[in-house]
Amino acid sequence: MSEAIRLRGIHKQFSGNPVLKGIDLDIAAGSVTVILGPSGSGKSTLLRCINHLEKLDGGTVHVGDTLIGYQRKGQALYELPEKRVAEQRQRIGMVFQQFNLFPHRTVLQNIVDAPLRIRGQKRVEVQARAMALLEQVGLAHRAEAWPRELSGGQQQRVAIARALAMQPEVMLFDEPTSALDPELVGEVLQVMKQLAHSGITMVVVTHEIGFAREVADNIVFMDHGQVVEAGDARNLLDNPQHPRLREFLASVL
Amino acid sequence: MTPRPDDDIAGLRIVGNRHWGRWASAVVVLLLLALALHSMLDNPRFEWDVVAANLTEESILNGVLMTIKLTVISVLFGFAGGTVLALMRLSSNPVLVSVSWAYTWFFRAVPMLVQLFLWYNIAALYPRLALSLPWVGEVWSAATNEVISPFSAAVLALVIHQSAYAAEIIRAGIQSVGAGQLEAAKALGYRPGQIFRQTVLPQAMRTILPPAGNEVIGQLKTTAVVSVIALQDVLYSAQIIYQRTYEVIPLLLVATAWYLLMTSLLSVLQHFVEVHFSRGNSQHRRNWLGRAVPSQESEA
Ligand SMILES: Nc1ncnc2c1ncn2[C@@H]1O[C@H](COP(=O)(O)OP(=O)(O)O)[C@@H](O)[C@H]1O
Ligand SMILES: [Mg+2]
Repeated sequence: MSEAIRLRGIHKQFSGNPVLKGIDLDIAAGSVTVILGPSGSGKSTLLRCINHLEKLDGGTVHVGDTLIGYQRKGQALYELPEKRVAEQRQRIGMVFQQFNLFPHRTVLQNIVDAPLRIRGQKRVEVQARAMALLEQVGLAHRAEAWPRELSGGQQQRVAIARALAMQPEVMLFDEPTSALDPELVGEVLQVMKQLAHSGITMVVVTHEIGFAREVADNIVFMDHGQVVEAGDARNLLDNPQHPRLREFLASVL
Repeated sequence: MTPRPDDDIAGLRIVGNRHWGRWASAVVVLLLLALALHSMLDNPRFEWDVVAANLTEESILNGVLMTIKLTVISVLFGFAGGTVLALMRLSSNPVLVSVSWAYTWFFRAVPMLVQLFLWYNIAALYPRLALSLPWVGEVWSAATNEVISPFSAAVLALVIHQSAYAAEIIRAGIQSVGAGQLEAAKALGYRPGQIFRQTVLPQAMRTILPPAGNEVIGQLKTTAVVSVIALQDVLYSAQIIYQRTYEVIPLLLVATAWYLLMTSLLSVLQHFVEVHFSRGNSQHRRNWLGRAVPSQESEA
């Protein structure tokens, strides 16, 4: 199986404080990878390095065959201008803990704007695809609503549809259900499960072990900026090797 | 079974609070208002007939046009300049940050009137203005006094003044847009210019518009200072007439009436612009008197 994402030696620090200490990771195309780890272990930072929302202090990120955020000349990596990075980000969808829908746009406008404005695709095409996506996340009837009129779970489903409308190769989820009331978590996970079966590559930071067990192909456990244990999801959940993973699983279950 | 006190509940009438205080205060205020109005209409020294006769005098109308022209030019260029200054201030380039900071610091510190005199007398500092390009040499030059008319001095001072104030308002607006919004836009693949125009500005507008509206109205009134360099705005046109006829008060009332009309129109305009940019946000909209009315969206 080919790799959709390849991380090599990722280092990142914030004002001298190392947050990622050399991450190597291969994520197979079409797979679902769940990243687990205690708060502050660097999970969000790692996701944000994949679409270059964070600059790297060392290492490389490849999505498909593309080196993300940098250009190699000899033995140096030169940061790409923002415009080029923006082009690369079109291929990487991201869903945030806080949804971050655009409050001044309706649900439908939130979804169609990027494909229209960035990709320059035809309006009829984009509109039809947006409605199909809204159907898929169960919100076709709210196409004309404003984000603030929706529940958190509905907003997050729209955010997923918005990311998918750009037809990305990979989808990154950063704790997509952590800001939701407990009774709304299920509807978002349901949408994500459907998506997992559609064959898109997904990397999901979450504390939902049930989701990981049911949907994930692989699990990566991080602690203190390092990958402590990684491997087949069931295997890792049933036979955690590292004491820190055992401790973590005991604390979240 | 004994009858219970709420058995006859169906027939009860509900009486709301009567708000006697509201009625009393309204009556007092209306009385005072009537007295003031009466004293104004009854006092012949207001010379309302002179006011009426001069209200649409040609020179007054030209003055009104000049006031509008100065306001429009200084607001348009002032806010454009203010946007550039705000972006400089928020950039990560320390030179741009300092220059923008120093500009706002200086031009907010010097009174408008002083700036106006300074620009009007700039010829004392630079008798000749010239534009030279390297290798080409001088491409344009003129005596400063030919370039600096009362009008251009007024425009310079007003635009510079306005841009310093607009910069602060726009900066606060831009900073009010959450970091999550920028990240969401970046993650979708919007380019920096698109993010600014499509995500930051429309949301910043909600924070920018109320103080900007006040700024525009303030600027309209600030233009009155140009009368000191003999530029014929509405105030100076009134002054010219009363210097001839000695009808000082009625002509000041003419100018007052025009300022009232223009600022009122601006207030109404401000309301509609604010409604436009509150799309998807406000729980309640305000009507043009500033009272909250439910928006249609919240009923949906
Ligand atoms: N922009 C930032 N500036 C400074 N420190 C940061 C920043 N972002 C994250 N950190 C720090 O990096 C560490 C890892 O953060 P994060 O990646 O958000 O962890 P996680 O998502 O696993 O909870 C934390 O200690 C956090 O305080
Ligand atoms: Mg996190």
